[in-house]
Order: sequence, then C-alpha cells, then structure tokens
Amino acid sequence: MTTETRTSIVWDYAPAPESADHIRLKDRYGLFIDGDFKDPADGGYVPTINPATEEPIAEVAYGGPVDVTAAVQSARAAHPRWAALKDLERAKYLFRIARLIQERARELAVVETIDGGKPLRESRDVDVPLAAAHFFYYAGWADKLRYGTGASEVRPLGVVGQIVPWNFPLLMAAWKLAPALACGNVAILKPAETTPLTALLLAEICQEAELPPGVVTILPGDESTGASLVRAPGIDKIAFTGSTAVGRDIQAALAGTNTHLTLELGGKSANIVFEDAALDQAVEGIVNGIFFNQGHVCCAGSRLLIQESVRDEVIAKLWQRMGRLRVGDPLDKNTDVGAINSAEQLSRIEALVAAGEDEGATRRSVECELPARGYWFAPTLFTDVSPAHRIAVEEIFGPVVSVLTFRTQAEAIEKANNSRYGLAAGIWTDKGSKAFQVASALKAGVVWQNTYNHFDPTAAFGGYKESGFGREGGPAGLRPYLQVVR
Amino acid sequence: MSERLAVRKTYKLWIGGAFVRSESGRYDEADGFNFPRASRKDVRDAVAAARKAATPWAARTAYNRGQILYRAAEALESRAATMGVPREEVEAAVDVLLHYAGWTDKLHAVLGGVNPVAAPFLSFSLPEPTGVVGIVAPDAPPLLGLVAELAPALAAGNVAVAILSEDKPLPGLDLAEALGVSDVPQGVVNLLSGRRQELATALGAHRDLNAIVDAAGDAGLGADLDGLAAETIKRVRHGDPATTYEDATDDALHRLEAVTELKTAWHPVGA
Repeated sequence: MTTETRTSIVWDYAPAPESADHIRLKDRYGLFIDGDFKDPADGGYVPTINPATEEPIAEVAYGGPVDVTAAVQSARAAHPRWAALKDLERAKYLFRIARLIQERARELAVVETIDGGKPLRESRDVDVPLAAAHFFYYAGWADKLRYGTGASEVRPLGVVGQIVPWNFPLLMAAWKLAPALACGNVAILKPAETTPLTALLLAEICQEAELPPGVVTILPGDESTGASLVRAPGIDKIAFTGSTAVGRDIQAALAGTNTHLTLELGGKSANIVFEDAALDQAVEGIVNGIFFNQGHVCCAGSRLLIQESVRDEVIAKLWQRMGRLRVGDPLDKNTDVGAINSAEQLSRIEALVAAGEDEGATRRSVECELPARGYWFAPTLFTDVSPAHRIAVEEIFGPVVSVLTFRTQAEAIEKANNSRYGLAAGIWTDKGSKAFQVASALKAGVVWQNTYNHFDPTAAFGGYKESGFGREGGPAGLRPYLQVVR
Repeated sequence: MSERLAVRKTYKLWIGGAFVRSESGRYDEADGFNFPRASRKDVRDAVAAARKAATPWAARTAYNRGQILYRAAEALESRAATMGVPREEVEAAVDVLLHYAGWTDKLHAVLGGVNPVAAPFLSFSLPEPTGVVGIVAPDAPPLLGLVAELAPALAAGNVAVAILSEDKPLPGLDLAEALGVSDVPQGVVNLLSGRRQELATALGAHRDLNAIVDAAGDAGLGADLDGLAAETIKRVRHGDPATTYEDATDDALHRLEAVTELKTAWHPVGA
C-alpha cells in the first residue's frame, strides 16, 4: 500500500459581503433623555466613523454637564413609578425589548459591524443574540428577586449610571441595562465614544417597547461625559466596564460618597496548554481566545502558556492556523479578523508591539493584504517573551498573543497568577482531575477548560484583583443592583 | 506574711502566629496595662504573614474550617470571665463565631450553583475567598465589634489582618490567645493594636491586600480608605459597629459576599 501525498490546494474565498441596503440610519442622533432624542444643551455633535473605511456614518450628540444633570433629573423623576410597577409588568417591558432585539437582529448586527469594525459573523452570531438573551434572562428575574438573592425583601438602588466600552457595544449595554431594570432601577447608559450607534438603536427599541420615559437614558459622549456622570449628584450606583486606569479613577472619585460601584476592568488572561491536551483543538481555542473580536476582549487569552515539551509543535500549528485567518472587510461573512476599533487603539497596539520588539521578544505577524483605508493590524505572535516584558504584563487589547512556557503544573499556576489582573483563564488538557485542580488554583473570575470565550446570561462574569469587582450574569448579577431590606 | 504579688500579663501583638512586641518598641497604656503601639512595619509584617497563610487556609476543607471556628467559639466561651468586657458581649461574640462556623460549608450552595448555559457545557459558579482581608474594628464594642468582622472573613476562607479598638485594645489582644489555642493556623489571623489612623491607612495602602472591611464608623477614615483602595482596586465594605448578635448576623450574606469572589468554570460536555 502506498500513501499518496496530497498536493495542498489553496481554496480561495469569493467575497461574501452582507448587504447593508436595509439599514436606515438617521444622519444625526441626539441624546435619548426622557423618552425622546434631544439636542445637547451644552455638548455638540460629532461624527461616528466606520473604522474599516474611515468614512463618517452619522453624527452623534455628545452630552455635556448640563445634559448629564437633565438626564439625572429625568431618571430620578421616572424612578418611583418604575420601582412601584408590579414586578411582572416590569418584566414584560424587558421581554418586549428582548423580542425587538431579535426582530431587528440583522440591522443591529450590521450597524454594530459598521460602527465598531468587528466581523459580521461575530456581531450576528454572538453580540446580538446574546444581548437579546440577557434581556430575556433578566426579564424572568424581575418577579423572582427574593429567590435570586436569598433575601426576604429587596429594594432597588435608584438611579444607576452605566458606562460601557467599545468592544461589545450592544452586548455590554444589555449586560448593564437588563439586570438594572429588572431590579427596579432606572438607568443612564453612556455608550463608548467610538461606538454609540447600537445603543441609540436600543433607545429606539425602548420607544417601540413603550418603556416609560426616563427609565432608560442613553447619553453618548466622551470621557468627560463619563466623568460628569460619575460625579453627578443623584446617582446611586455606577457600573463601569473598561480599562483598569479609568476604573481606578472612578473608584477614587467615589471615595467617601457611599455611591455603589461595580467595575469590570482589564485583563491579561493566561491560556494554559498542557502537553496532554488535544493540540489541534487547543490551537483552535488559542485562536478564538486571542483573535476573536480582533483581541478587543477584556478576557482575551493574551498570555499563552505552553508546556515546554509541546512548545514547538503548538507554535508551528498555531502559526500555520494564523496564516489561514481572513483579515479584512468586517461586513464580509467570511472575515475572521475585522478592523481595529479606532486610530487611537491602533496606535496603542503598535506602541506595545514595538515595545515587545525593543525588549527582545521575537515578533511574527501574518503577512496578509490589508485594505488601504481603515485601521488594521495583522494577527501577531510573540515568542521568546519573558514574564517581565511589557507584552507579558500589560493589556494590549489587540490581535497579539505573547507566548511563555512552563515545565510543571505548579509553574503554570504560578505564572498564570503572576499578574495584577485576574479576569479569565483557559486550560487545555485531556485529564479531568488536572483541569479541576488547576481551575481551582487560578485567581481568575472565569476559567474555561478546553474552550475559550464562551458567554451566557446565566453564568457570572467578572474579575479578581485589578480586573474589578462585582459580577454580571446569573443570579450574582442581580446583587449589585439591589439593597437587601431583610 | 506577704501577700502574693500578681503576675501581670505583657500584652503583645499577634502576627504570623507569634505573640510579638511592636518592632518599633513603642507602647501605649490602657486599663492599667501597657500594650504595643504597632507601626506601619508591623502592618507590612502582618500582611506578609497573612499572605503566606492564605493559600493553605483556603485549601482546607470547608468542614475543617468550620470545626476550627467552632473550636474558637469554645475557647472564647471558656474565657468569658477574663475578656474584660461584659459577659453578654462575650456570649454574643461566641454566638457569632458559631453562626459563621456553620457558614463555611453552606456558602457554596447559597452564592454559587450550576449555570444552565445554552450550549453543551457544564458551567458552574462557586464562591472563593478574595484573599487577605484588612479589618478596621470599631472602638466599641471592642470584642464583638471585631468578631463580627473577623468571623465572616474567616468563614469565607480568607485570612485577616485586623486593627483593634484604639480605646480598648486589650479584649482584642486577649482574643488572640483564645484563637491561638483553637487550631487557627499561623498567620490566618493577625491582630494589631495601636493608633487607628496610622495603622488603618498603612493597611489600606498595602498593595498585597485584597479587601478592606471598615467597621470603625469614622466617615473621614472611610473616605481615606476608599481612596487608598482604588490604587489596587480593592473591595471595600463599610459597616456600622455590630453591637448585638443580630447586627453581626442579619446581613450575613452581605458580609460574606463582600470578601468573596465568584469563579465561573466552563467544562465541555461531549464525547
């Protein structure tokens, strides 16, 4: 018997762009205050850019301090009636929102991709369905809060200010709004500066759902809008997702105020590959862990820890797999890696990658054709990384993975925990007892075994150490929005 | 016939399982006794001792931690007459220890569970200790006010560094002796007497501390601690001094949650 060597065939993909014809965006979006879109009193209008083309998509209002005050007033006024609503009636609004997200799923996915640069495959299959699922899940809690908290009487906190990042704009809005509203709070949501559009479509959905005015406020803006919101009198709680640096500023700003606070911050999560792992499967998980959403993921598996005995094999397989990633037009249904969210983020990635090279790590970036316009960064692998290198310590928030190695299980745990962050981790092994032992030793809020980057509304998410405090998802996600009366 | 001269107790700090003087050599006086006035260096030593004890303590079975807290309750009860506080306060403190001894192996069922995720995974969320907890005890009641903060931290699997009542530190230092004969491992509890503002701010600023529980009831100090906590994103809980058993246990879940992390694990289900 002879074995035939198969000539390798390169399969070309034909372009498969998702049509954006059905999208009807307005030229200009105001601030969504008191149930209506309003011109800013002291802010302005700024265009939001498609990072894949650098073309403006629409103009979006920025809230200034006076707008923040108006937003808080409207929210405060709306709170008593919303909190007094029968629990099941409150739930019905959230169910309506969930349904409307499902109905407008295609539109939301396309707009998310245009505004943020993420591949349509992800906005369509992950962001939008999960956003709907979150509203559906927390809608169901609204009339069962006692069961979810173990308390016999609970009370909402009041007006909550919520600040979300640009990496999962609609999904993070859902993570924030759904539990807050289910618990009887009213919310003022500030979407990220570069990705306000799906939150504004969500404002339209709130109108369509006939949500009472003031229950949800959408206040687009920049960092100064967020800073005003954090410091605004009349806010009972701040929930923030974003960088550890900004989270630290918020925590310091709220010192001595008794304003409730939860923070979901950065990460430098370890993805640990043991020699007994199914290596091909692990490589898929590594790719998903770091290149999902261009690595703009707080829990990205950005520190790849490989057991020395399989280091060369894993890196060879990974490098080969990286060469197959399709980088480019986010609206193309075959695209794996889309555009970097903004020029600012691109320069941050470039600076850290340059630091990696300067400090002596070996860089390999996939050679691929990148579009002439827009913000792009080719998938990148660093080897010869020391634990002290900046690329092993700091969050890059881009499609860049740093490889470190270990010999023993104890060393893997020690290296994985050697970080000021503690958001997530991955473990690749076929030995169940080892997986459970390592999982319990890791100081990380989410541990994925033989998988990575899975999310679900029923499962708590949030970090240890400087990755923040408080949890989102599951019954634990209710507690930050309630006070226990008894 | 001369009367017998009493053997006086030399009060000491409790750091890493050892009864020690302050490294600074300073002392203050309360109720006719000298007691150590701990320094910022003592705070650092205590945090280091606590960190060393954290992983082994968390790794003990919940049952074992419950047994040790129960043993501490026994030891405290037997010293009720010598704690220097009213008997009712000791009894309440004993009951609080007993209450939290029972929490060690129930916390998982109450705060955690299996997540019915919409994909083929076994996903579950379990509470874990946050690590090293800094406690700022109130001036009064000096024993119950301390135990009310210490017991939930230990029950949840944390280790602790506590700053004792500034007015009445002796009951807290006496508690060290009760805990010392209760199989509480070295470094799991560290007790420091001295000036609250100095010690609490040093503790709050320590980068290897995970959480602060502030029961001093001092708004100014509370704001300082909040600001210091932000540097390393520490968890902070402020509470009023517990003056009764009910104060210390009615909000047990809240007290436990404040020193707990929830870890979610995902394991694939399939061939």
